[in-house]
Amino acid sequence: MDLHGFGHLLLAGTWVTLKLAFVSLVFGLLLGLLGALAKRSSFFPLRWVGNLYTTLMRGLPELLLVLLIYFGTSQLLELTFGVYVEISAFAAGVAALSIAFGAYATEVFRAALQELPKGQVEAAQALGLSPWQTFWHVMLPQLWRLALPGLGNLFLVLLKDTALVSVIGLEDIMRQAYVASGYTKLPFTFYLAAAGIYLTLTIVFMQLLGWLEKRAGRGHLEASR
Amino acid sequence: MIPAPELQKNSQDDSLPALQVDDLHKRYGQHEVLKGISLTANQGDVISILGSSGSGKSTLLRCLNLLEKPYRGSIHLAGEQLAMKANRDGELQPASRRQLESFRARMGFVFQNFNLWPHLTLQDNVALAPTQVFGKSKKQAREEAVALLDKVGLADKRLAYPLQLSGGQQQRVAIARTLAMEPEVLLFDEPTSALDPELVNEVLGVMRKLADEGRTMLIVTHEMRFARDVSSQVMFLHQGQVEELSPPDVFFTNPASTRCREFLSSHL
Repeated sequence: MDLHGFGHLLLAGTWVTLKLAFVSLVFGLLLGLLGALAKRSSFFPLRWVGNLYTTLMRGLPELLLVLLIYFGTSQLLELTFGVYVEISAFAAGVAALSIAFGAYATEVFRAALQELPKGQVEAAQALGLSPWQTFWHVMLPQLWRLALPGLGNLFLVLLKDTALVSVIGLEDIMRQAYVASGYTKLPFTFYLAAAGIYLTLTIVFMQLLGWLEKRAGRGHLEASR
Repeated sequence: MIPAPELQKNSQDDSLPALQVDDLHKRYGQHEVLKGISLTANQGDVISILGSSGSGKSTLLRCLNLLEKPYRGSIHLAGEQLAMKANRDGELQPASRRQLESFRARMGFVFQNFNLWPHLTLQDNVALAPTQVFGKSKKQAREEAVALLDKVGLADKRLAYPLQLSGGQQQRVAIARTLAMEPEVLLFDEPTSALDPELVNEVLGVMRKLADEGRTMLIVTHEMRFARDVSSQVMFLHQGQVEELSPPDVFFTNPASTRCREFLSSHL
C-alpha cells in the first residue's frame, strides 16, 4: 500500500493511541476497584457515591464526556477563578476514558468480589492476617483471575474508544488518517490503513489477554485437566 | 507485627486454663442462638462438642475467635482477656484490632470446607500467614511449611495447588496451615463433615496425632467413636445451652441429661 509519505504519521498516531489506552487503563482499573469496594462498603454514603458514579457515567455517551471534560473544565475554571487555563487534550482524553472505563470496571470487580468464596477471607482472618494483608494476598490475586475476562473485554472497547479523542484534536490514529486522507484525497487508502492498525492491535492484545488469563488461572486450569 | 511464638518469653503459667469462656451469648436479631455458654479447657484438654444441627455448636466455635460477634461474655486465652466493647447494635466488637489478630493467631481454626486459597501452592498456603503475621522470611516459612506438610503426609505435593487434591488431602493441608502459627488452642469446626466417607479417617488420623501430642483442642464433630476415643471431656449442646458436660466414659454410657441420651441413641 502506498502511503504517500504519511506512514510515519500513522505510526506516531499509533503511539498516541497506545499511550492513551494504557494510561486510561491504569487509572480506570484503580477507579473500578475503588468503585467496587465503595459499592460493597458497609458505610452507606460510600455506597451512595459508588452508585451515583456508575449510574451517571454509564448513562452518558463517552463522546459527550470527552467534550464535557475538555471544554467544560476550562470554562468552569474560568468562571470560578477568572483565569483561562487550557486543558491538555491528552489529559482530558485520559480523564474521560478512565472515568468511563472505571464505571464499567466497577461492575466487573463487584461481580468478581461476589464470586469470591467468603470462607477464604475467613480463613485469612482466622490466621491473624490484617484486613489489608487479607485484601492484598488473598482477595486481590483471585479478584484478578475472576475479573480478567470482563476487564479484557472492556480494554478492547477502550482501545477503540480512544478514537473519540480525535475530536478534541489529539493526534491519534484516527486523526492522522483523517488528516492524511484530506491532504491526499485518498480516504479509502488511509481509513483502510487505520482499520488495519486497530485490527492488528486488537489481535495482539487478545493473544496477550489469553496468556494472562491462563496465568491467572494457575491452580484452576491444572485442576480441571 | 506479632512476635512468633518461639520468640516470646515463656511467661505462660501452665496452671492457667489454655482457654476460658464465660457466659457467652450470641443472637441473630431477636433469636438467641447461644444462651450463656461457659467452658474451660486446660492445657492438653480435648473437648468434643456434640449436638444436633441448630444447637449452636458451630456458632460457639466461631464466636471464640470473633468470626461471629457475641453480644455478651468474656474469652480468656492463657489468662489474657480479649478486650471487647459493645457497638450500637449491642454486638461486642474487638477493642483492639492488634489484640484480636494476636488472639486469632494463637487460636487455630479448621473449617468444614477447608478454605484453602486456590491461587497458592500448598507450601505457600501454609507459609503465607507466618510471613505476614510473624514477619518470617519466605525461605524459613517455606522450609517450615514443608516440614508441616510432611507431618500430614503431603510433603511430596508441596508444589501442587489445592484444587488438584482430594477433600481429605485439602483438609490435612488446612490443618498444617493452622499449625504453622503454632497456636495454643486448636478449634475444629466439623472438619470431616464435607468429606466422602472413605476420606474421613485420614483426617481423623492427623487429629488423633495432634491430641496425642498434648495439644489443647475443641472439636465440633459428628464422629462419635472418634469423640469417645480422643476426648478428655464431651460437651452436648441443646438450643444454645450446655446440656451435658462429662468425661467420655460417662457421657457415652450414662449421661445425666435425657436429651443427651436421646441424641446418643439416634446417633450410635
